Amino acid sequence: MLERIRKAHALMDVACEAMGREINIMEVCGTHTVSIFRNGIRSTIPENVKLLSGPGCPVCVTDQGYIDIVIDLAQRDDCIIATYGDMMRVPGKNGSLETSHRENVKVVMSSEDALEFARKNPDKTVVFVAVGFETTTPATVVAVEQAKKEGLKNFVIFSGHKLVVPAMEALLSGMNNKIDAFLCPGHVSIMIGSQAYRPIVEKFKKPCVVAGFEPMQLIEGIAEICRQLIECRADVTCLYDAVVKPEGNLTAQKLVAKYMEPTDGYWRGLGKIAAGTLALKAEYAEFDAMKRFGIEEIPAEELGGCRCGEILCGLISPPECGLFDKKCTPDTPVGPCMVSSEGACSAWYKYGRRQRR
Amino acid sequence: MSDTNGKKILLAHGGGGRVSNDLLSKIVIPKFQDKTDKLTDAAELNLESNNVCFTTDSFVVKPIFFNGGDIGKLAVCGTVNDLAVAGARPAALSLSLIIEEGLEIETLDKILTSVSTAAKQAGVSIVTGDTKVVDAGSADNIFINTAGIGTKHENANLSFDNIKAGDKVIINGTVGDHGMTIMSQREGIKFKSTLKSDCATLNGLVEKVLDATDQVKFMRDPTRGGIAATLNEIATATGLDIELIEKDIPVDTTVKAAAEMLGFDPINIANEGKVVFVVANEVAEEVLKIIKSDELGKNAAIIGEVKPPQGDPVVEIVTAIGGKRIVQMPYGRELPRIC
Repeated sequence: MLERIRKAHALMDVACEAMGREINIMEVCGTHTVSIFRNGIRSTIPENVKLLSGPGCPVCVTDQGYIDIVIDLAQRDDCIIATYGDMMRVPGKNGSLETSHRENVKVVMSSEDALEFARKNPDKTVVFVAVGFETTTPATVVAVEQAKKEGLKNFVIFSGHKLVVPAMEALLSGMNNKIDAFLCPGHVSIMIGSQAYRPIVEKFKKPCVVAGFEPMQLIEGIAEICRQLIECRADVTCLYDAVVKPEGNLTAQKLVAKYMEPTDGYWRGLGKIAAGTLALKAEYAEFDAMKRFGIEEIPAEELGGCRCGEILCGLISPPECGLFDKKCTPDTPVGPCMVSSEGACSAWYKYGRRQRR
Repeated sequence: MSDTNGKKILLAHGGGGRVSNDLLSKIVIPKFQDKTDKLTDAAELNLESNNVCFTTDSFVVKPIFFNGGDIGKLAVCGTVNDLAVAGARPAALSLSLIIEEGLEIETLDKILTSVSTAAKQAGVSIVTGDTKVVDAGSADNIFINTAGIGTKHENANLSFDNIKAGDKVIINGTVGDHGMTIMSQREGIKFKSTLKSDCATLNGLVEKVLDATDQVKFMRDPTRGGIAATLNEIATATGLDIELIEKDIPVDTTVKAAAEMLGFDPINIANEGKVVFVVANEVAEEVLKIIKSDELGKNAAIIGEVKPPQGDPVVEIVTAIGGKRIVQMPYGRELPRIC
């Protein structure tokens, strides 16, 4: 293993020298972010290889307006809110699901658990807080399909499902950015396939490398990016081919396409991203919380002064944001980079005491 | 207790009258016959020294029965362990029950049996107690408070102030077992597994160590917040860094897998049968040997070292690939995550 790490480092050094500047690699997968953090990978790679933690945590990019609607729904005594645990602390305008202290907010591990609440509580409407990237969407759709089959009238979903590729495109085209390459997500790629990144490679000429979650996979993913940068090419490369196929999981893709369609939606700190959110199709409106409760639209968030977008792109460092360490702290987060415990701002806040690793 | 089958606790059981007395004399007292037979308002204790430690803890665990124990066993272990890590030999405990109306008497009986068994194992008597019953909905089955008193071991010279760079950090076994067990049995998570709480009384193990050396600088039972919380407290209180070696921290493979699945870190998860020792480097190996010779210390390991600080004190972990990361004080309530 040490030999492989040494070789990878040598490649990274060559790449930095060839570029004559630091290299910015963005990972867009929450699990990669966690693995990089847990394994202390930043401290093991050359200093001028910067790892930017992109919008890879679906929970952290869930916008304020969406959360506020969920909190509003939780105030209704005829509703049960079924949510994944990590949504509990994501802040809305005035607090989070955790601070709303409502007994009808239930933490579930799967959409099936949410269905079970609906079966057991026929006099309440169970609202499944459906968030996540392409990995969790199929589970939501399966629950809708099952509810339809069982004729469950008291189960609805509130879709905040997000799509990774449109966000990557938005980051590259939206503003002056410093992103040199993407370390592409493992789980999401299982669903969408490695070829889903082909348009990014072609349009923006940025390497896209799919890697798994073991530290060696990540280090070799970074090395592969460096190799492409040295050779001045941009390609889709998959190092996680034990589970990721070029075309992805076609069954899951078909199922999702049957029930849902892309729509424009807000991402926390990033604004509205074209076709970056999934909504239930009109023919399944009976399972759509927005239709059931007459919610016209999700309001734009008001994160006055939050500069997460620029931080995500590597344009500024967290302390340059006016909210950092003032209005925005790990206990009172504003933007996604602080909401995620391993996000750029949160990490900076915690490790600022010591040289950032 | 066949006559308790299907019978439930009524408000009257806490009312102080005939029904109360019946519950006490038939269900509660027989479990603790040795010292509570006089039923005076306060227990008289003859302690072996004037160097006394006193502690209290309340128990509200849910579910009340879990693999490896129940709220009764936990109520004894928690307080006995608090005394033990303060360097005290537990002498006596009090036991206060707050029972929700409607609890099956059989369930109460089972819990009290656990209390009695755990107390016997720890060699400590339950000398006084109280029983209250509250309306259905005002408690969750049963809440227990125990307070404990003990006398200081002559070799116990424990203080943050004694800790210095070079001292070693030892744990007596795998971390995160209790918390993962409880979480795996809670509604909303539910998965079948072989997880088992490590809930145990540690006074025997601690006494063996203290009998052998006076070079133990500090001890704490890493309950809520896991070893991450305990070690952060030590770093903050001493102003020193603590460096942990990840591969040396014992973690049960099932706990590891379950924690990974739910997005938890075992070092943040509660333990109920563990003690973190900070000991002088010179005696570390000897202490480890003594701990390993005990049934509750078979998987003990030296997991880290106290280091001079390089700025604000932190707990840092050296990962398997040689990376480093800072171990934070946990937030307070672990939530499963999807990302």
